[in-house]
Amino acid sequence: MSEALTFHYVVDGQDFTSAGHASVMVKKNLRQLGLPPEKIRQVSIAMYEGEINMVIHAGGGVADVSVTEDYVEIVLTDKGPGIKDIEQAMQEGFSTATDNIRSLGFGAGMGLPNMKRYSDFMEINSVVGEGTTITMRVNIN
Amino acid sequence: MTVRDLLTSEKFSAISLPDESREIKNVYIGDLLSWVMGRAKADDAWITIMSNVNILAVASLADTSCIILAEGVTVDETIKATAMDKEINILTTNMNIYETAIYLNGLL
Repeated sequence: MSEALTFHYVVDGQDFTSAGHASVMVKKNLRQLGLPPEKIRQVSIAMYEGEINMVIHAGGGVADVSVTEDYVEIVLTDKGPGIKDIEQAMQEGFSTATDNIRSLGFGAGMGLPNMKRYSDFMEINSVVGEGTTITMRVNIN
Repeated sequence: MTVRDLLTSEKFSAISLPDESREIKNVYIGDLLSWVMGRAKADDAWITIMSNVNILAVASLADTSCIILAEGVTVDETIKATAMDKEINILTTNMNIYETAIYLNGLL
């Protein structure tokens, strides 16, 4: 198997207006690689939700995307407050976002559920006070 | 129906129109961006009253054919320029969301 193609992005936690930049770049790259549109959509949505979460909750972080013959893997790493109760956080509608975030149209408690829905594999590793790492994979074949 | 076809009606006007030949296959309505992101389909016309810059990322990633801002909502110049840059069609209408949906239903 040929080596994975990797992309690395820094997600700026200060700038809510540019949130989504990394996801849009990934979408563009995957298009150039000729991946099926539905797969690109899955990756883009899952990654955007993760990116927004890092901006809202963790003051930013980093995103590493690798593309292999079999899947696209997204690893999101932040040094935010961590997730206290992952099971609760995974429930649709549960959110700890502020009113300010809600007024922007986020904080509906759909972020993590959407990430799960649009990826074929998702793993959350989170330590309260240290940060969160989320790994998602979308199968190509 | 294309985005161009919608604009032949005086009920809609263009805010940003980088790709007027985009096909509109269906309609999605919503203001909660994560909800829209997860549920809107590619080639949907997306009706909303949200007008902050994040709607551009949502439209781009969900691959909607256009954003229709209802109730006469509009966007500032910066968002307009970014929309052109990201190739996102944005229209505005004075109709409310319900009226807009009914109007589109008659055309689809």
